[in-house]
Amino acid sequence: MIETKNVDFYYAGFHALKDISIRMESRTVTALIGPSGCGKSTFLRLFNRMNDLIDDTRVSGECLIDGEDIYHKSVAVDELRKRVGMVFQKPNPFPKSIFENVAYGLRVNDVRDKSFIACRVEASLRAAALWEEVKDKLRKSAFALSGGQQQRLCIARALAVSPSVLLMDEPASALDPISTSKIEELIADLKRDYTIVIVTHNMQQAARVSDKTGFFMMGELVEFGDTRMIFSDPLKEQTRNYVTGRFG
Amino acid sequence: MNKKVKQAVAFTFFRLLGLLVVGILCWILGFIVYNGIGVINWEFLSSSPEEGMSAGGVFPAIVGTLWLIAGSIAVAFPVGVMSGIYIHEYLGNRWIVRVIRVMTNNLGGIPSIVFGLFGMALFVQAFGFGDSILAGAFTLGLLILPLIIRTTEEALKAIPDSYRAGSYALGAGKLETIFRVLLPVAMPNIITGLILSVGRVSGETAPILFTVAAYFLPKLPNGVFDQVMALPYHLYVIATSGTDIEASRPMAYGTALVLIIIVLLMNLLAAASRVYLGKKVKMD
Repeated sequence: MIETKNVDFYYAGFHALKDISIRMESRTVTALIGPSGCGKSTFLRLFNRMNDLIDDTRVSGECLIDGEDIYHKSVAVDELRKRVGMVFQKPNPFPKSIFENVAYGLRVNDVRDKSFIACRVEASLRAAALWEEVKDKLRKSAFALSGGQQQRLCIARALAVSPSVLLMDEPASALDPISTSKIEELIADLKRDYTIVIVTHNMQQAARVSDKTGFFMMGELVEFGDTRMIFSDPLKEQTRNYVTGRFG
Repeated sequence: MNKKVKQAVAFTFFRLLGLLVVGILCWILGFIVYNGIGVINWEFLSSSPEEGMSAGGVFPAIVGTLWLIAGSIAVAFPVGVMSGIYIHEYLGNRWIVRVIRVMTNNLGGIPSIVFGLFGMALFVQAFGFGDSILAGAFTLGLLILPLIIRTTEEALKAIPDSYRAGSYALGAGKLETIFRVLLPVAMPNIITGLILSVGRVSGETAPILFTVAAYFLPKLPNGVFDQVMALPYHLYVIATSGTDIEASRPMAYGTALVLIIIVLLMNLLAAASRVYLGKKVKMD
């Protein structure tokens, strides 16, 4: 379960997230929607502390994963990032073989057992619905794959270190419609084992894949609720205007 | 004049300039090959100079130059690459980085004779290395350090941040990210810097003048504390101060040719390793 309580976030002087409180249940898909610059990606990156990499940022309030405050001093950031995987907007495989891409997270975490690594690589590729397509060319460069395959490889790479949460930052926005639908099917599958938070610009996609939807605007969480309700009968006027495409 | 004519004139002008550059290069090379090829044989490559350097060969100088290339790279490559990594990956873009960058650029612009004097004062005398391969290699190493730092920085700058983000997001630390992702990608470009440095090191005379080069030393070094002969200095010696300069003239051209061939071979070797490394880690 992921929870935030009164979270504020600042880039230098810019107040990017304003008093956000939200609660996302385990093994659900939560979609975050909203116009560009509304803070939804910043909010997503709170949970694996990728915002820490940017200079001069500040966070206040509480960010809890399974009840643990992930911004507490005792939390090791690299351990957190193993538990909270991330898939980026543009597929970003490493310039290594398919096998080594998936094994990377294990290797940097000092896993040396070869058979265990091989086992995890296969399981992760299967979970990402890529195994059948790549099982005969694991030693080939990851760049030989298509964009959609590369993105599923990045998902497999994230799964290999056994996270419980998967953050997805517009994972299909750089892909063609067929690859996109494969990613969406995959999300539906992964929901059985992982808590998924997905940022998307594509409203139909949010409606198709998510259980809950949060609508952000200008750093505020305007509305959060069941996806069906957000898209059919939202409580707020702003939400209605956005999801019906009256502004964007 | 209409556009077409203007264009034709301009292109002809550029083409002539281009041909001029290539022509000069070919002329120099051809001149040296023409004059030098006559003395090149197995004896020239494998024996020491004799009879006031008007006979014999350049073997000790070849060995000396190879020692200096290897030594200066052993000094400058690790230090330069690590400095480049530190500047780009750890310091980011603070004011101190700009200061360091200006300093390294200035270091690259210092005349090599100044490095020679500095090397003599520091390595030969203060550190007590004496006239030795060690002192020469350190001096040449300092000379090429700015180049290697700069190319390392540029190579790292060319790597998209998405690689770094992808690595951190899997729980990798900075060091792992650098050694497992960034360096393999950057290496082909860093090798380019190395290629340029090798050319520089093998041709420099001033920095080795006071630190390592021997006028005449017909034996091979036993270790890094020995002096050696080196091709560029040997060339200078036979061209200016032999006992019979006219008689040793062909030897001078032969030496120049050997030096050029060594530089070409080193470049080929480095280019091959660049291609090999580049194939292993292709960026999209």
